[in-house]
Amino acid sequence: MNYGVELRNHLRELRHFHIRLTISAGFVVLLFCLLLTRFFYLQALRGEHYTTLAEANRIAIMPLVPNRGLIYDRNGAILAQNHTTYALEIVPNKVASLESAIDELATVIEITPEDRQRFNKLRRESTRFKSLPIRTRLSDTEVASFAANRYRFPGMEIKARLLRHYPHAELLSHVIGYIGRINDKDLEQLENNNELENYRGSLHIGRIGIEQSYEKELHGITGFEQVETDVAGRYVRTLSRTPPVAGNDLVLSLDIKLQQAAERAFGDYRGALVAMDPTNGEILAFVSKPGFDPNLFVDGIDHLNWRLLNESIDRPLNNRALRGIYPPGSTFKPFMALAGLELGKRTSEYSINDPGYFSLPGSQHRFRDWKPSGHGRVNLHKSLVISCDTYYYTLANDLGINNIFSFISQFGFGRKTEVDIPGEVAGLLPSPEWKMKRFKQNWFPGDTISVGIGQGYNLATPLQLTFATMILANKGTAYRPHFVKQIQDNKIGQLFENKANQMHTLDLKKENLKHVNNALADVTRPGGTAARAGANAAYTFAGKTGTSQVINIKQGERYIASKIQERHRDHALFTAYAPAENPKIVMTVLVENGGSGGSTAAPIARQILDYFFLGKTPEPILAEKANNRSH
Amino acid sequence: MIEFKRLWHYLTRYIDNFLLGGIFLLMLVGLIVLYSASGGNLGRVSSQILNMIVALIIMWLVANIPLQQIMRLALPLYIIGIALLIGVALFGEIHNGARRWLNIGITRIQPSELLKIAVPLMMAWYFDKSEITLRLRDYAGATLILLLPVLLIARQPDLGTALLITTSGFYVLYFAGLSWRVMAGLLATAASVLPLFWSLAMHDYQRKRILTMLDPSQDPLGAGYHTIQASIAIGSGGITGKGWQKGTQSQLDFLPEQSTDFIFAVFSEEFGLIGNGLLLLLYLVVIGRCMIITANAPTQFTRLVAGSITLTFFTYVFVNMGMVSGILPVVGVPLPLISFGGTSLVTMLLGFGILMSIQTHPKLVKT
Repeated sequence: MNYGVELRNHLRELRHFHIRLTISAGFVVLLFCLLLTRFFYLQALRGEHYTTLAEANRIAIMPLVPNRGLIYDRNGAILAQNHTTYALEIVPNKVASLESAIDELATVIEITPEDRQRFNKLRRESTRFKSLPIRTRLSDTEVASFAANRYRFPGMEIKARLLRHYPHAELLSHVIGYIGRINDKDLEQLENNNELENYRGSLHIGRIGIEQSYEKELHGITGFEQVETDVAGRYVRTLSRTPPVAGNDLVLSLDIKLQQAAERAFGDYRGALVAMDPTNGEILAFVSKPGFDPNLFVDGIDHLNWRLLNESIDRPLNNRALRGIYPPGSTFKPFMALAGLELGKRTSEYSINDPGYFSLPGSQHRFRDWKPSGHGRVNLHKSLVISCDTYYYTLANDLGINNIFSFISQFGFGRKTEVDIPGEVAGLLPSPEWKMKRFKQNWFPGDTISVGIGQGYNLATPLQLTFATMILANKGTAYRPHFVKQIQDNKIGQLFENKANQMHTLDLKKENLKHVNNALADVTRPGGTAARAGANAAYTFAGKTGTSQVINIKQGERYIASKIQERHRDHALFTAYAPAENPKIVMTVLVENGGSGGSTAAPIARQILDYFFLGKTPEPILAEKANNRSH
Repeated sequence: MIEFKRLWHYLTRYIDNFLLGGIFLLMLVGLIVLYSASGGNLGRVSSQILNMIVALIIMWLVANIPLQQIMRLALPLYIIGIALLIGVALFGEIHNGARRWLNIGITRIQPSELLKIAVPLMMAWYFDKSEITLRLRDYAGATLILLLPVLLIARQPDLGTALLITTSGFYVLYFAGLSWRVMAGLLATAASVLPLFWSLAMHDYQRKRILTMLDPSQDPLGAGYHTIQASIAIGSGGITGKGWQKGTQSQLDFLPEQSTDFIFAVFSEEFGLIGNGLLLLLYLVVIGRCMIITANAPTQFTRLVAGSITLTFFTYVFVNMGMVSGILPVVGVPLPLISFGGTSLVTMLLGFGILMSIQTHPKLVKT
């Protein structure tokens, strides 16, 4: 023990230090002897045993990769399948000079600059020990000519494997997604989820869409095979085998024929469509135009194609139906109308006089109706049929933003619908709290007015609009939108139904719903904004037209500005359900820069409904037509 | 000729030739094994040579720094290290489920590497500046200096590095004269805390590693694979080894990470028990030289730093060989100067640079 303050005795410390150093030296020697003992045990005493084991290590354990589950449409048409193909693979680590080896290889089979680029990209993403394809989809002649020259190319090998193929290519790219080669990031993810074991030998993993969200179902269970090899590591015979279990097959609710009809109805237009069965939330068609060929991604996309897709002004990689956010425009009005009725701010009889604009008390600013001269006397029914803006300016003002926010959010605006593919965005239903958080600004009364006609800060995806319209068509009941109808479990050989998942039922008064639904049915009749699209329909067909302004919105200008593309025309919108009294289908059509909803979007919806109910093949509308400005 | 001699003198003034010779021999062994382990890939060998050149330059630079300067660097280095660790905790990038890397724009850095040197320097500086006989609370203070970075690193989580830094810090405490009784107490505490640690603080994969070490055959395709294959490689090497580039385990790719953490298995398979013995001897010579430098170190600060660096180097060797031969759990520790990779090489040679500086700079005897 030490007693208080005592100056250091350096000599004594040095002596102590040397003692401790000597002890540690002894410790080092001791532990090295321990190691040496271990080596002696392993190498001298048990050497023979381990030599036998090393010899027996000619028995390698090879993973057997399961076949990925197939994807079908609701009628059994195949949407994603597996093809056997031959690929030429290189282990970079085993090739001394990669560039010259590939040059030499190019004299035997064709190697394009794209192949090289793709290969180099894969190399950057993976370790040097991994076998990577330089060429995929070799023809039989190419396989034969490489086999004859094999001795010249150490470290290269032909591998037969199943390649994912999407027969409908662009048509379903935004639903099915694609698989891509497993990279280091995926490996980390798999390790974190404790799934790495099951991916030993797997080359691909789902990237987006159904392929990603149902990866667990589709992948299957990896099997193992004990293989005897010769001294050089080449296969001699199989000793034992635990077969893999193929991934589960998925049956989607999608109807590929309806999808094709929808794609065709769009013609040259860009846009999105979501069609859903309102009685259970099954998605029947899901279009985002333009699409892209998912087959390009399966073995790693080459630089040129990637640039073409990524830099195209049409933005084919953007899933407009799931991730495109647009002001809902007048398609927002039915929900506002219902809010007015339910919250007691309007009756069906109450009417206003529309002079063609609305001004807040004490303000000179005029919120203009789309019809400059106004619509005269307008009640709730008429306000929907002719899409009167002034009616909704006054209604929004009477309701106030907080009422609007709490009522309308029940229809799923501003939050995700929880659809079963990844990447969905929530859209935006504005509130004073949101504005304060986003812009550090108070909510102005004028902000409420433009929210009333679905403009201003309002943003929704086509999927959200379909979801909201489903609730309307269903008289208050919401089902979770989903793509997968059935799952064929290949392990136990059973088919499971993906049951309709009822999310909630809104408590809405029957007569209020009836007023709104009746008005929506009249939208497609003479006098309505979609009268032309509804002419001579063989079924009742309810809907709401909408025009979503791309620019020139006073209050929202700042927010929209970031979204502006080179094309500034309005987006045309139409939400619909049919038959009106007992809906079998509900849909949203969005035509980017298509002008007005009544002239562009509604006719597309009509064509798809004609196909759905009558089997009539659509005639694509040409982009030049339709410039009538009616909401 | 005169010019050349002057240049030579300038370059080797602060270099300990004996130590450098040992380092060169070990690195040479490393390159020879690496060539075999990578299947005759000269690319890998040349990139390791590049790593070596960079590390040697750093060692030379450090060896040229006088002792007082090194001592002055202790506190700033430590503070920078802690700041970076906090940066990692807040903004770090996640890899393999652990937050270890910090992206500083140009490159990603792993601050825990820096702490391997900064912690012993800081602790030694702390002990050195005390004018009076060291009391228990001085040791407690030094322990706090040690625990702060260790806890930050452990929660990344990077248990391997946290343990290694704890060890190097413990060596400083040991050389500073921490009483045997306290050390025994600490050991007992550690032993009693271990079960708690196991159930509360450890991740599944960490538990799995330790369980696998106890019985590799439980999981022959998963985590036990490394250990089993490495034991087979070492054992089948026998007394004389299979010969350079003739190891079937390594050449047929049965060994995992055979040019980095498991490179010793390749060496062992190809050079046998005799090779192992000689390699151990070579390491022992290098460690011995380091201990002589430590014994001659002029000040408390240099003694503590030199002792800690020496024993830490030994610890790396022991832990790596122990894990490859199956007597310790698999923690990611490279075999010093032999495993492929630049980071650990730089850290090691930086340490040797400090030792050389201690050995070769004029000794100011402290009175």
